[in-house]
Amino acid sequence: MPKDSGIGASSKRREDVRFLTGNGNYTDDHSMQGEAHAVMVRSNVAHGKILSIDTSAVENMPGVLAVFTGEDFVEVGGNPAGWLIHSRDGEPMREPKRPVLAHGKVRHVGDAYAAIIAETVQQGRDAAEALAAATEIEELPAVVNMAAAVANADNRVHDEIPDNLCFDWGWIEDNRDAVDQALKDAPHVTTLELVNNRLVPNAMEPRSSIGEYYSSDDSYKLTTTSQNPHLTKLLVCAFVLGIPEHKMTVVAPDVGGGFGSKIYHYGEEALVLVAAKKLRRPVRWTAERSESFLSDAHGRDHVTTIEVGATLDGEILAIRTNTLANVGAYLSNFSTATPTFLHGTLMAGPYKVPHVYVNLKAVFTNTAPVDAYRGAGRPEATYSIERAVDKMARELKLDPVEVRRKNLLTPDQFPYTTPVALVYDTGNYQATLDKALELADYAGFEARAAESKSRGKLRGMGLSTWIEACGIAPSHLVGQLGSRVGLYDAATVRVNATGSISVMVGAHSHGQGHETVFAQIVADKLGIDEGAVDIVHGDTSKIPFGMGSYGSRSLAVCGSAMDRAMDKIIAKGKKIAAHMLEASEGDIVFEDGSFKVEGTDKAKAFGEIAFAAYVPHNYPLEEVEPGLEETAFYDPNNFTYPAGAYLCEVEVDPDTGVVEVVAFTCADDFGNVMNPMIVEGQVHGGVVQGIGQAMIENTTYDENGQLMSGSYMDYAMPRADDVPMITVDHSCATPCTHNPLGVKGCGEAGAIGSPPALVNAVIDALNRGGHDVAHIDMPVTPSRVWSAMNG
Amino acid sequence: MTSISMTVNGKPASGEVEGRTLLVQFLREDLRLTGTHVGCDTSQCGACVVHVNGEAVKACTMFAADADGADVRTIEGMANADGSLGTIQQAFQDHHGLQCGFCTPGMVMSAAALLKDNPKPTEAEIREYLEGNICRCTGYHNIIKAIQAASGQLTAVAAE
Repeated sequence: MPKDSGIGASSKRREDVRFLTGNGNYTDDHSMQGEAHAVMVRSNVAHGKILSIDTSAVENMPGVLAVFTGEDFVEVGGNPAGWLIHSRDGEPMREPKRPVLAHGKVRHVGDAYAAIIAETVQQGRDAAEALAAATEIEELPAVVNMAAAVANADNRVHDEIPDNLCFDWGWIEDNRDAVDQALKDAPHVTTLELVNNRLVPNAMEPRSSIGEYYSSDDSYKLTTTSQNPHLTKLLVCAFVLGIPEHKMTVVAPDVGGGFGSKIYHYGEEALVLVAAKKLRRPVRWTAERSESFLSDAHGRDHVTTIEVGATLDGEILAIRTNTLANVGAYLSNFSTATPTFLHGTLMAGPYKVPHVYVNLKAVFTNTAPVDAYRGAGRPEATYSIERAVDKMARELKLDPVEVRRKNLLTPDQFPYTTPVALVYDTGNYQATLDKALELADYAGFEARAAESKSRGKLRGMGLSTWIEACGIAPSHLVGQLGSRVGLYDAATVRVNATGSISVMVGAHSHGQGHETVFAQIVADKLGIDEGAVDIVHGDTSKIPFGMGSYGSRSLAVCGSAMDRAMDKIIAKGKKIAAHMLEASEGDIVFEDGSFKVEGTDKAKAFGEIAFAAYVPHNYPLEEVEPGLEETAFYDPNNFTYPAGAYLCEVEVDPDTGVVEVVAFTCADDFGNVMNPMIVEGQVHGGVVQGIGQAMIENTTYDENGQLMSGSYMDYAMPRADDVPMITVDHSCATPCTHNPLGVKGCGEAGAIGSPPALVNAVIDALNRGGHDVAHIDMPVTPSRVWSAMNG
Repeated sequence: MTSISMTVNGKPASGEVEGRTLLVQFLREDLRLTGTHVGCDTSQCGACVVHVNGEAVKACTMFAADADGADVRTIEGMANADGSLGTIQQAFQDHHGLQCGFCTPGMVMSAAALLKDNPKPTEAEIREYLEGNICRCTGYHNIIKAIQAASGQLTAVAAE
C-alpha cells in the first residue's frame, strides 16, 4: 500500500488551494499605498554608441516623476559574475562591468539605458516612447555569430576585449595529450558538429520587482521574482548599491516558475530601490512578455564539435569536445560556471571512458546574456555525448542499446572517479536501461514500425542514457575552482510552545512544492502530523542565509540542513526528557513522536517536551537553555548524481517532415523519493521542456542582432497538443551515499535526458525509411526534417 | 473616462475606466481580483482566461468598457458556496495539475468552459482545446488527467 503521509507519500500539495482559488501571492499581485511605476527604456539596436539622451523632453510629460539614465549609476557597482574562470594560459576571464543601466554603449536589443518613473504604467510608457525618440544612438556593426566574433578583432562588444573572448578553458588540461593520442590510435573516430540551440526560459510569470524605502530607519525592502532572495540581497547590497545588508529585506513571495531565469540579480531590482528612495514612494516594475524575451537570461547556445574514439565493437576509448559558448553581451551571475563546471565535468557521461578532454571558449556577442536554464550545462553535455554515441553505433552498424550496455559503468565500479574530476558515488545504470526498455515495450517496436509503415509513416526509436550532477558542492572545492559564493544551505526548525513547528528554509519554492514535501519530512522524523508543520521560505527577514533553489539542490542540500537541525532538536529533547523522567540521557530514545526511557513504559510526548522548553518549571536549566529552536547549515561533501534512461518513439510524416512524439518513457534513479506525485510531475515538465528544445523552440537573432523570436507568436512554446502522455518510473533507486535523506534531485532530469532521445529517434526513423541522414540540428522542425530527407 | 458596471462572481462591480483599459486590468487593478494573471502581451498564453456571459474569454483581449453590463466569472468565483474547492479545482489538486500556479487560473477557467460544452472530452479533444493555454511547468500530463477526472472519466484507481 502506498503511504498516506510522511516520507514516500504522495501528499497533496497544500499550496494548491491558494493557487486554485485565485489567492496566490505573486509580486505583481501586491498593491502598495502611493506606489509609482517604472518603465524601462530599452535599446532597439544591438550595438550602438549613446550620443545623447535629452531627458528634458519628457520631464514635464503627464505623470512623469523621475527619469534615470546610465549616468545616474556610474558611481555604483556592477552586477558581478559569481564564478571566476581561468583560461588555459592561466589568465583570468575578462569581466566587463554590467551596469544597472547601460552607459556609453548599448550592447543588445533590449539593453535598458534609461528608466521612467511615473504615476501610472501608461504614462510611463508614453514617456519611454518619447525619451527613445529624444535619444541619439549611433548604430555600430553587431557581433552576433560566435565564430565571426572571435575571428574579427575590430568589431568588439566591449572595447577593451579585442577578440570578444571571455575565456578559453580546458578541462582537464593535463588530459589533452593523452586524448589526442587516444583519438589518433582509435580504430574508429566519430565526429559530429552540432548546435545546442538557444532557448528562452519563459517562466509564465514575467519578472517583477517592487522597491520600498523607509526613511524612519533608512532601510529598504525589495519584493521580487527570485529563486534565491538571499543571493539577490547580497548582490544588490554588497556589490551593486553599497547598502548595508541589515538595512535590506528581500522577499520573493509566490514565484510563477523560474527554470533558472530568476536565479540572477537584474538591474531593474536595483533601479526600483534607488527610485523608491529618491521619490520616497514604493516603485514597481513588471516586465511585459516582450521585455522578458529581450532581457531575461537565455539558455544553452553552444556550437560543439565532439569526437568519440572507439573500437570497432563500440567500446569508447576517448572523447574530445571543442565548444563555442555564447555568454551574450554581459556576464550574468552564473554564466561562467554553467558552460564550464556544470558542462565539461559531465563529459564522461555514465560511461567508463579512459580519456576525456573539453575545450570551451566563452564568447561575448550583442545578444541578451546567456546563463543557466533548467539543466544548465548538463543538457549540453548529455546532448553532445548521446548524439555522438548514437552516431558511432550507426557508423559501426551496432545496436545503440548494446553500445550503451558495453560502456555503462557497472554497480561494482562505484565510487568512480571520472577523467573529468567527478566522483560518482553510486548508481545502477543497467537497471534504469532495462526498466526503460521494458516500459517502452522495446521488444514490440518492430511490429509498431511495420504498422506505421503500412500507414505511410516512418517510425523511430531513440535512446539516451544520461547522468547529471546536482546539489553543487562542496564549498571548499568549488572555491578552489573559482566560485565566489558558498554552496551550502540552511534551515531553522522552531518548535513552538504547544508543539507545532515552523521551519524557516533557505531553499525557495517556485512550483516545486516545498511547503508540502518539507513538511512531510519533518512530520515523518518528529512523528507529528504534517498539518502541524509550516514551511517558511522566501523572506530574508525570516529565513537563515541559504542559497535558494536551482540545480536540483533543494532537498539534497536544504533538506539535509533541515534534517540536521531536527537532529539537534531531538538531541536537546533527550536532555529535557532525561531530566523530566529522572533517567540518564543515554537511556532516552526518540521514537514514534515520544521520548522514552528505553525498556520501560516511561515516556514524554513531543508536545510535552516542547512545552517544558518554553515553560521551564521542571527543567535542567543548569545544563540546557530554555526554548526549542535549532539551526543547521549543511555543506555537502559531493555532488549528487541522478541518472536514467529515456526512450523516445516518434512518427515522421515523410511527405511533410512533421515529427510526432508518440511515446516517451523515462526510467530515473533519483535515490530516495520523498513524494512520488511531485517527482513525477517534475519529470513530466522537464521532459516537455526538452521536447520543446528538440522539436520546436528556437531563439533567433538576425545578422543585425534583432531578436526574430520575441513573442509567443514567433517563439514556439510546447502546447498541450504538441506532446504525449509521459511514462515515468523511479523504482530503480540507489540512494545517495552522502546526504542524510539519500536523495539526488529530480528537477532538471527531464530536460537533460530528453533532447538527444528525441533527435536520435528522428534519425532512426529517417534511416529506417532509407534516408541516409547522420544528423539534424535542433529544433527538428518539419522544414529541417524534410530538407534532410530530400537532400 | 467611461463609467462601467458589471456583475463579477455574482456581485455588482463598477468603476471609471479609460477607453484603452483592458478587462484584465480592470479586474486586477480596480477590483483587486488578482487571481487572473497576465503572462504575455499577445493573447497567446491564456493565463487571463475568464468567463464573460458564460463564454471563455482572454481578458487581455477585451476592453473593460466592452464588458459593461456583462456577467463575468473569474477564478475567485469557482469555489463552492461553502468555500471548498469546486470539482475542477479539486481535480487539479488531486492529480497535481499545477506546479507554480501562474497559468492555473486560466487553465481552470478554460477547463470549465470545455466541460460545459463537451462533458466527456477525449484526451485529444482536451489537448486541442487547451491550445490557447500555455503551461511551462507540468508538461500538461497531469492537467489532462485532472480534466479527465473532473469529467468523471478517470477512476480513483486509474489516477494512481
